[in-house]
Amino acid sequence: MTHSAATVQSPPQSFLRRHVFSVDHKVIGRQYLDLALVAVVTGMVLSWIMRFHLGWPDTPVPGLGKIAPTGAAGGVITPEYYLALMTMHGTIMVFFVLTTAPFAGFGNFFLPIHIGAEDMAFPRINMTSFWVTLVAFLVLMAAFFVGDGPPLSGWTAYAPLSAVGKDAGPGQGAGQTLWAVSIAIFCVAQLLGSLNFIATTLDLRTRGMSLARLPFATWAWFITSVIALIAFAVLLPACILLILDRVAGTSFFIPAGLVISDRLQEHAGGSPLLWQHLFWFFGHPEVYIAILPGFGIVSQILPVFARKPLLGPRVFVACLIAIAFLSYTVWGHHMFLSGMNPLSATLFSVPTLVITIPAAIITLLWIGTIYGSRLRLTAASLFALGFVSVFVSGGLSGFFLAQPATDIYLHGTYFVVAHFHFVMGVAAMFGIFAATYFWFPKMFGRMMNETLGKWHFWLTFIGVYCVFMPMHYLGLAGNVRRYSAFTDDYLQPLIPLHRFITIAALFTGAVQLIFFFNLVRSRLRGPAAPANPWEATTLEWSTSSPPPHDNFGGHPPVVTHGPDEFGAAGVRDYVMQAEPQ
Amino acid sequence: MGRLFAVVVTLIALASTAFVVLHTWWLPPDISTHGSRIDRQLNETMIVVGVLFVAAQLGLAYFVWRFSARGAGGPIKTFPGGPKPMVVLATVLVGAEILVLTFVGSKVWAEVYQSPPAPGALQIEVQAEQFAFYFRYAGADKKFGAMHPELMNDATENFFGLDPANDTTARDDIVVGSLVIPANQPVVLQLHAKDVSHSFYVPELRIQQDFVPGMVIPLHFTATTPGKYELVCTQLCGLGHYNMRAFVEVKSPAEFDEWLKRQEPAL
Repeated sequence: MTHSAATVQSPPQSFLRRHVFSVDHKVIGRQYLDLALVAVVTGMVLSWIMRFHLGWPDTPVPGLGKIAPTGAAGGVITPEYYLALMTMHGTIMVFFVLTTAPFAGFGNFFLPIHIGAEDMAFPRINMTSFWVTLVAFLVLMAAFFVGDGPPLSGWTAYAPLSAVGKDAGPGQGAGQTLWAVSIAIFCVAQLLGSLNFIATTLDLRTRGMSLARLPFATWAWFITSVIALIAFAVLLPACILLILDRVAGTSFFIPAGLVISDRLQEHAGGSPLLWQHLFWFFGHPEVYIAILPGFGIVSQILPVFARKPLLGPRVFVACLIAIAFLSYTVWGHHMFLSGMNPLSATLFSVPTLVITIPAAIITLLWIGTIYGSRLRLTAASLFALGFVSVFVSGGLSGFFLAQPATDIYLHGTYFVVAHFHFVMGVAAMFGIFAATYFWFPKMFGRMMNETLGKWHFWLTFIGVYCVFMPMHYLGLAGNVRRYSAFTDDYLQPLIPLHRFITIAALFTGAVQLIFFFNLVRSRLRGPAAPANPWEATTLEWSTSSPPPHDNFGGHPPVVTHGPDEFGAAGVRDYVMQAEPQ
Repeated sequence: MGRLFAVVVTLIALASTAFVVLHTWWLPPDISTHGSRIDRQLNETMIVVGVLFVAAQLGLAYFVWRFSARGAGGPIKTFPGGPKPMVVLATVLVGAEILVLTFVGSKVWAEVYQSPPAPGALQIEVQAEQFAFYFRYAGADKKFGAMHPELMNDATENFFGLDPANDTTARDDIVVGSLVIPANQPVVLQLHAKDVSHSFYVPELRIQQDFVPGMVIPLHFTATTPGKYELVCTQLCGLGHYNMRAFVEVKSPAEFDEWLKRQEPAL
């Protein structure tokens, strides 16, 4: 387990090598987080426009007509523009926020420090994966500016709508091709990134850092990397096949005899279900790519603020591994009603329900960790506790969707929207917030404002419940999703509930300004952070805030303790990992 | 602060549950023979999930209330029995739930999707296209004419690509824009997609099924209550997706027969 990155690096001198094309994992981690910040603002603004339209379909959004003259002439968005905004919202959030921030961003910054390494195993590949991710993001953004508009086939891009090209209507031209190219590029970046995470965790651990002493966040990033390596390796070829169908006249996903806009298509022999299988074979593990880093972050943060070791650390890791394994056996639950053999629905339903067991165990371990603790409530720990609450809410509604019988009614409704927003959207965001409040002092050497952080938590916590809990009710009432307006008579009585959700969403969005203000102000003017402001134990708290270029100033730490030795009797109630025996 | 957290979480849990218990927003009445079993499955799941939801949220709230107020005083305590009770609790509780739900639920699923339709069920062909549904009845000869994609044309209203000039079975086929069915008689639909994927969803019928291009997917059910209901598309199919709908008209068998007799052949 000794350190094999032989040379002690001195920081490069030029501005470009230091801050832009840097191979320092800390700079790259921050670059990922900056990218995620730009992406999340974009994605959130798109959701506001959609929500506003759902509540008040005929009222113009001031100024929108100027920004999108074709999609929103006069400020009222067209049905196709609604779908385009929805597609871009989903794609941006899933790929460039929920994958980028908790996994690539925080993982890059802290995984090497957690294991006592100077950098990642392959620093240049690490830099490459960030820049490739940025290219993917720019390619996706370019779709906003092409002739017939951004793609509108959803973040799942079901074929043949996504494969047949312009005949299928607006958004199915260049915009859809850019989507597929962007995601293919993104896959390359993730494959490089996860290989790097795996190699780093296995090879660069410092002396004494056995697997049993690995901090929980790093365990989660490591297991997430293994999931990502397999998942993106399937999505990449799927996207290439989709691009070929679109530009090279192949028919991987397009069957014979399709008549679109009264034109018989010149394709034959493909299968739309093949796309669904390939997409969801990636897509369901992707849910765990988004949420497992949150599991790790919460398991890392809760013990620090509970002043108590995590209950059942080995059980926690075993559950992560079980989830990783099971995540590859459940993809068909997205396809119960897709026309695949109905017998397979039962086969996919069972592992889907079984995967709730490790998730339930982990939740109970967190609650059991709070028992008998001396809980300190800070912005970081509040968001970690909030994570537990929203994860429970989102996870439990999965029971309805995991059963084919109840999915018959709820599939394709707002119940699904409520479920995945809670469980992978809001929960993962709470993980990101908790991580930000927790690690900001280490990353930037300045403390964040706790009062603003707590206000941010309370208003966000209540806000997200007001936004997403009522969506379950909409789903129960049969409100279908992905509709830009509710022309159907039976949906009219639900409009007031939609308006409530819209107001709550705009409110919750506005509350995030507190967070942005706190980020910017603390970065510039926050009080200087000590090395270990939270009295935590893992290696990042043994080095200065922010850490030096090679993380430990040329003295790789020697680890002698576990990651969460809290509750010791004496002057100090904790033992640092690198503390001499 | 811990008390505030506990109060907020408790209020959220209770308010969320109240709207479900009160059925403020709920499923429309069921009008199918199989729907009551889906509803029962949904209700049973709701009870189990509701209990777990309230228990987990209140447990979290109580522990945060109780243990955030301790300050620095007093030693920490491990959860009685360590992680084992948690593992056993989750495995047994969730495991039992999975067994029961799967055992009961798979029967309901099998009844709708894995059993053959009743013999003599009324055959109706459905064509889904951007952004409409069309329904075809066999006519007096009880035979459907073959479908020819090259003849499908919205401008000439040949939605199914029929060739009545050469195909005698196609000459009396009836094509309409609403799904008209008799009450209490089994119906089997054959779902065709002309262009992209669509979906067949009638909340009152408790049924949903995708249309997939290149596949013909059978779907059978029996409606019980005469009336007019909405059929909506639930698979994203392009710009007019939000407006893709049709009506399902359930008529008494006598009214249905009379309606069918009044229909003219499509082409």
